[in-house]
Parts: sequence; C-alpha cells; structure tokens
Amino acid sequence: MEFGFTTAAYVVAAVLFILSLGGLSNQESAKRAVWYGIVGMALAVFATLVGPGSGLWLLSLLLIAGGGLIGQYVAQRVQMTEMPQLVAAMHSLVGLAAVFVGYNAHFEVLNVAEVMAVSDASKEVLYTGLGGFAKLIAKKTPAELSILHVELFLGVFIGAITFTGSVVAYGKLAGKVTSAATKLPGGHALNAAAAGLSLICLIWYTASGGFFPLFLMTLAALFIGYHLIMGIGGADMPVVVSMLNSYSGWAAAAIGFSLGNDLLIVVGALVGSSGAILSYIMCKAMNRHFVSVILGGFGGPQGEQMAVEGEQIAIEADGVAAALNDADSVVIIPGYGMAVAQAQQSVSELVRKLRAQGKNVRFAIHPVAGRLPGHMNVLLAEAKVPYDIVLEMDEINDDFPETDVAIVIGSNDIVNPAAQEDPNSPIAGMPVLECWKAKQVFVSKRGQGTGYSGIENPLFFKENTRMFYGDAKASLDKLLPMIE
Amino acid sequence: MKIGTPRENFDGENRVAMTPESALQLQKLGYECLIEKGAGAAAGFSDASYEAAGVEVVKTAASLWKQADIVAKVRQPNEAELKRLTKGKTLISFFNPAGNEGGMEAAKAKGANVIAMEMVPRISRAQKMDALSSMANIAGYRAVIEAGNNFGRFFTGQVTAAGKVPPAKVLIVGAGVAGLAAIGTSTSLGAITYAFDVRPEVAEQVESMGAEFVYLDFSEDQQDGAATGGYASVQSEEFREAQLAKFRELAPEIDIVITTALIPNREAPELWTKDMVEAMKPGSVIVDLAAEKGGNCKLTVADEKIVTDNGVTIIGYTDFPSRMAAQSSSLYATNIRHMMTDLTPEKDGQINHDMEDDVIRGATVTFEGDITFPPPPPKVQAIAAQKKPEVKELTPEEKKAQEVAAFKAQTKQQFTLLGVGGALMLLVGLIAPASFMQHFIVFVLAIFVGFQVIWGVAHSLHTPLMAITNAISSIIIVGAVMQIGSGSILVILLAALSIFMAGINIFGGFLVTRRMLAMFQKS
Repeated sequence: MEFGFTTAAYVVAAVLFILSLGGLSNQESAKRAVWYGIVGMALAVFATLVGPGSGLWLLSLLLIAGGGLIGQYVAQRVQMTEMPQLVAAMHSLVGLAAVFVGYNAHFEVLNVAEVMAVSDASKEVLYTGLGGFAKLIAKKTPAELSILHVELFLGVFIGAITFTGSVVAYGKLAGKVTSAATKLPGGHALNAAAAGLSLICLIWYTASGGFFPLFLMTLAALFIGYHLIMGIGGADMPVVVSMLNSYSGWAAAAIGFSLGNDLLIVVGALVGSSGAILSYIMCKAMNRHFVSVILGGFGGPQGEQMAVEGEQIAIEADGVAAALNDADSVVIIPGYGMAVAQAQQSVSELVRKLRAQGKNVRFAIHPVAGRLPGHMNVLLAEAKVPYDIVLEMDEINDDFPETDVAIVIGSNDIVNPAAQEDPNSPIAGMPVLECWKAKQVFVSKRGQGTGYSGIENPLFFKENTRMFYGDAKASLDKLLPMIE
Repeated sequence: MKIGTPRENFDGENRVAMTPESALQLQKLGYECLIEKGAGAAAGFSDASYEAAGVEVVKTAASLWKQADIVAKVRQPNEAELKRLTKGKTLISFFNPAGNEGGMEAAKAKGANVIAMEMVPRISRAQKMDALSSMANIAGYRAVIEAGNNFGRFFTGQVTAAGKVPPAKVLIVGAGVAGLAAIGTSTSLGAITYAFDVRPEVAEQVESMGAEFVYLDFSEDQQDGAATGGYASVQSEEFREAQLAKFRELAPEIDIVITTALIPNREAPELWTKDMVEAMKPGSVIVDLAAEKGGNCKLTVADEKIVTDNGVTIIGYTDFPSRMAAQSSSLYATNIRHMMTDLTPEKDGQINHDMEDDVIRGATVTFEGDITFPPPPPKVQAIAAQKKPEVKELTPEEKKAQEVAAFKAQTKQQFTLLGVGGALMLLVGLIAPASFMQHFIVFVLAIFVGFQVIWGVAHSLHTPLMAITNAISSIIIVGAVMQIGSGSILVILLAALSIFMAGINIFGGFLVTRRMLAMFQKS
C-alpha cells in the first residue's frame, strides 16, 4: 500500500524478534538478545505511528509513556519469587488488549458498512475520512468479510479466556485465591456448555454481523477462562502459565489476521508456539497428558499402592552440619518450598561457604520445580549462584551414586522414588531426581505432610534420609554458622 | 518413674545395660536413673562417672529391684531375679522366650511386663533398638580380631626385604549383620575375603563391602529373604549338597573361616564338616559364631578354643560382645534408650505400653498377667520383596529389528501428519479467499520458525523466555495504534486502553527480562 516503509520496518522487526528468542539458547547471548527484542518493538511501534497509525499519535505516545512508567516501576520492584504472578498478570493485559482491539475491529466493520450504504456522491468524502484499517475493510469482498468475522471472533474468544484465566492464575500464584483445585458444581459440563454457546454465537455472528452474539460469546469465554483455571491446582501452574502464554500469542495472531497485519501474525505465532512447547516440556516432566493437566486433578490410584514402611527420622542442624563438613560432593535440590521461604540467599551463602572449602557443590533442577518454567534458575541467579553449577535433571541424575550429601529444600513429588518403584503410584513413570542414591539425603521440610499430588513420599522413610524439619530459611540460617 | 540397672551376675558377663551417656538421655525422657554399685566396672564405667551423670548409685541389687519401676539389664534374668519382679514392674532384657517357658510363667505369675530385646521385629523403624544386630555387629568384628590373634601370619600381603608374604584368604559363611561386620573388618585388614550366603540378594551388599560373593552352580529357584522377615530359612537337600561341594573345593586354600549361619529357633546347620577341617592347612583358624546353638562346625566346643590334630584352631567362644564390653554396653544401652523413647511418647517419665504398636507388641512377652509370646506377624514386611527380573537381554538382531520398526512407525506417522495437514491446507485454500491465504502462509511459516527456535532455548532460561514473549506479544499495540485514529469515541477509548496496557507490558516485560538475565553469572 502507501506504507512501504512500514512494511519494511515490520520485516526487520520480525527478524529481530526471531533473533531475540533464538538468542536465549545460552546465558551470555541472551543478554544481547533482549536488545534485539527492544529494538524490534521500538521499530514496529515507530513505523506504525508514522504510518497507518498516525491519527492521534500524540495521545498514543502519551499512553505508551504512561504505561511504560508503570511497567518500569513494576519491573524494578518485583521480587524474583513473585515472577510467576507478574508473568500471569502481564498475560491478562495482553488478553484484555486483544479483546478490545477485536471489539474495535468489529465497530470499524459496522462503521464501514454504514459508509458503503450511503449514496455514491457523499461516499468519496466519507471514505477519505476513514482510518487506514477502515479503508482496508472497505475493499473486502463479502467472502473476505465473513472470514474477517471468524478471525476477530477467534481473537476475542482466545483473548477473553486468556484474560480471566490469567487473572485467576495470578490470584492463585499470589496466594489471593486458594491454590487448591476448586470447581463449581457441574464441573467440566459447565465449560463444555460455555464452549457450545460460543460456537452457536460464532455461527450467529457470521450470519448477522451484530454485536450481541460477539458480546455473549465474550461472557462465555470469560467464564471458561475463570472456571478452567480455578479447577487446576497450585503445582500444575507451570503448565497453566505457559499455556496462557501460548494463548496470548494465538490471540495476537488471530487479531493480526483480522487486521491484515503480518507482523502481528508472525509474532503471535512465535509466542504461541513458544508457550505450546513450554507446556509440552512441563507435561513431559510430569509424565502427564496436557489434557489431563488442564482438566485438572490427578487420576485416582490405578491399584494397590505400595505401603510405605519405616519412619521419618528427624535430625538437628548440628547433624546436618557435621555431614556437610565431611562431604566432598553435595547436590542441592530446590523446590517451591525454597521460594516460599525466600531461602535462596541462605542457600547461596551455604553454597559459597562449602565451595570455599573446595567441595563440589551443584544444584539439580527438575523441569517443574517451582511455579513457572525455569523459576528456580532465576531465584538462584538472583542469589548470585553461578549458573554453571545449576544443572538440569538429565545432566545430574547419573551423578547421585557418587554424591555424599543430597539436600532437598522444599521439594517433594519431584524426588519421589515411588515414580520409579511403584507401578501403581499416580505419578508412576514421571521422571524424578534420583537423590535417594546419594549416600545421605537431608530433607528440609516444614512438616510431615505430603506434596501437591497428595502421595506419600517413600524417600522420607529411607534409611539414608534424615528429615530436617522447619522453615527452610530458618533451618539454613541455623545451619550456616556451623559450617566451618 | 525410676529406671534401674543391676550388676550382671552371669559368670564372665562384662556388659551393663546403662551407661552414663544413656542415663543422660533417659533423664531427658523424664526418668530417674538408678544403678547398682559396681555394675559398670567391668565395662569401664566407674560409679563416679554415673554419679556425675546424675544417676543414683544403689548399694545392693535387692534394694535396686525394689526401688526401680523399670529394670533394664543384659542377660536373661535368673531365678532369684525373677522372684524380685512385682506386679506392674517392667523388665527389659534379653529373655530367650522360645527356650524359657519357666521364666515366662514366673513373670506371668508375678504380673510383670517383660520386653525381650531379641524379639524386636526386624523392620526399619525398629533398627535403632535392634540389640541382636548391634551385638552381632560386635561379634563379627571381634571374630576377625580373635582369628587374627590365633593366626600366625599377616592378613595383608606384603613384599618385604625379607621375602614375599601372600595375603590371607578369609571365608565368611553367612552374610547377616555379623557376617557383614566380619567382611568389613577382614577386608580392611587387607585379607582376600570371600563370603557366602543362601540368600542371593545379599551378593550386592557383600560386594559393596569389598568381598567376593561365592556363587553356587545351582539352578533351583532360590528363595529370597523377604518371606521370612529378612532371616535365612531351611534349605533343600540338593542345595545343601551343592553348597558343601563348593566349600570342600575352597577348604584347602582358605586360611580363616568365620561361620555365622543361624536359623531362628533351630539348631545351627552344619556347614563346615570334619573332612573340610581336615583338608585345611595347619595353622588355619575357624571361628564359629554359631557355637551357642551347636556350631556350624561339629568339632566346635562352645566357650572353648581347641586345636585339631592337623593343627587347625577352632574358636567356639560365645561371649564376643562381652569381650568388648565398653563398646557393646554403649550400643546396648542406646538400644534400650531407644526402646524407652518409644515407650514414652509424651517424654513425661511415664511408660505408655502401647500393645497396638508393632514393635512394642512384638517385643513384649508377658503383659499384665498374660503370656503374649509368640507375637502375631508384624503388619509391615521387614524388607521389600525382590523384583522378579523380567527384561531379558535383546539380541543384536532383535534390537536392529526394533529400530527398523520404530523408524518405519515414525516415517508413517510423519507421512500421515503431512498428508492430513496438507489436505486440510488445500481444503482451506479452496474455500478461503486469496488475501487470507497470503497471511496464512506467513502464519504457518512463523509457527515453524517458532518451533525450531524455541527448542534451542536453555531450560534455565525458561522464565526469561516467558517474560520476553510476554513483552513481544504486546505487539498487539500496533493494532490498537492503527485504530485509535478512528472517529468513534468508543473505538478511541478501547484503543487507548489497549495501548496503555500494552505499554505497561512492553516496558515491564523487557525490563524484567533484562534484570533477570543480568543476574545469571558464571562462576
């Protein structure tokens, strides 16, 4: 069109975004990659402002600046343990924006239809008064218009689910909503009914083009988002958050289709596939199907579970300290409990002391540890733990037999030997960190309860396991002065 | 309540059931501790050291038995001691209930509660009070030391200026607690150690201690120890023959044999026959830890050391733990102390004799005027049942065939996916207008690029990935910016809100990503 420059800028921006995601393949190139993203975004917004979006550009700039200030404030103030909440909250904004932009597109379509209906003479005058997007619509054939209807309908649908879903996920992660799985009576039948209603609205909407079916569907989608995520428990949040991430991408892509904007489509598809892959990785790490995670809850046990025998033997800080002072190799397995207790600084201090004595100290990170993919890595990085001693499950699992001491801090299901030993366990087949093969295991844990899955953990009853009860941070602080 | 320990009156018994250290722990449970004058002397604990630990030293046994509510001792009580029991008194000691009908009757008549330390069930929870294991551990260690004392050579091989010394060869029969302790001691002294046990599942433990497990050429299904509470059971005749044949083959080259084979409540099985003893080299030593139950070698004389005609020393002592009284007393006292901990859940110095508890129920032989022996089987198995091996080794051909099959399945799956996907594409192309298809191509290609790129992202950077995708998904701002110029107030309002929210997201997302990435430091 007349905005050749804008299209060129979009191409450059798309390439920069791809490079930005690709750069995350390792920690050093990642630092450069963020700048690719920032430049790409600046370029895209600038090109739009000087091109097709030049109407009221001053207002746009002011709004961006205002939003930017808030964004900056939040980004600087947020605690690293609060990252999951932040990410969820940001998804909800994208979802809501997608709903609004979709609505706008709908109004524009109505607007254009009005213009086209008036007589030929005044049409030219009105036409020149239309915005860039409206001119695009004006050229569309009826078939293209109905495709447009479907596209913006989808955009609004996904956007609305993302919005309420993310708000609920935020509430759960921030502890403002109970993190237990709760469903309204009727369960998934309600979701199915809402989805059915949306489908009817879609047919109605493409046929009539009126606002009411769009609005009705929005309500249904908002409900689905709310109810679906309410029914998913706390430890499944990594999957939920990455799924919502994916949805926010697909919403952007759908809106991109309806606006005929390739950049939106490309970025939406990138984000959508990124979220989908993350969800896949998380599900694989729990050996569960995506559908069963989303529909919520663990399936009941598939048969008689192995009885756990023995008892949990407690130990005090001096015993742990003595074992650590004697050990040559130590592996630490952090989990959500470490984040809850804000114990990462104490862990880091412990590691620093042990490493100063020349001991081989490493971290083992399970893919679903924490409430967000990669959550533990970020927490440890914040506490200045060097990333080259923070290893993935596959990298370290074979090293446990040569490890003197394994310390489990606030994780449970990801170190549950029942996953391998008991074929009837609900988590059977889930890949777990084989810390029980270490010569000695210390488990820092608040009390004797079970983990998220509600399954008894035989690790705690093993002969080489000692339970180090108490709040993770308090226990570690008690331990620290005893390490020479 | 008061807990008291009398002096052991069995001849040659040096152990004592309470040490100053265990007394301190018992006092923490709320008990007052008493000890008979001189009770710890033979084990190296003076009365003064007991007093220093807050224990009241009582002059006579009679007075101690009278004062104490709980009496803890080592050896099975004799008749005089049984008479001193009264109603409600608790006695904790070795009791040999299977062979001590009279003792149980006496205790029952008196209405005393008796806890027999050898009856503590063999479950993980009870290991800390398993006195048989702690005593067996000492016996195993001491057996090697006694053997060394009577063996005229080094254990370890040496090459010296005065000539080469071959290492001693030690065979340990029975890899229970005592056997494993003996293996550990023997290997650390430098001997070449072999070990045998009828339970094949202990081979791993044996090898982990540094000994070589002696396997039999025998195909009958060998029973694992899980069915019998971790103890060995009686073997079939064929098995026994194979076993003896193997020992006969080994006998001429073995310097030291330590036999520890015991079957609960039976006479010890004969494993080292007369002809094997005769086949051994002069100067060899046999230590028979089963001497008390008749011995694994029939030449053994209990409590004595004999030398056979061909110069083989056979040691039949039955008091190995007593020979190391300081060590065995402290372990036994700790076992007792753990038993008291379980009996005192409230830590208030009052016994709560909980007959529902597997461990306490199992060890109690008389309770409130009833004989409660033998106990019902414990609710939990001592050791996990052995897994049956089921995965058989695949031949190279089978492996290859499997790989080919997997490859074919994969190809088929990919073709199906491509076929279905392609067909769907074409279908969309038939219906949808050309302008849509242009965007659709971009969309599909972008998904492909996305998949390729995202798989390369490091797992540790998944959180930054989410934050950055969040920021760039705010690209939706472009749509809002395009719409804000439109005339309608409603549209302007909605677009303005979208721009504002996306603005928060863009700055928040990128800045928080930057902040996170800056934290990742290499060591």
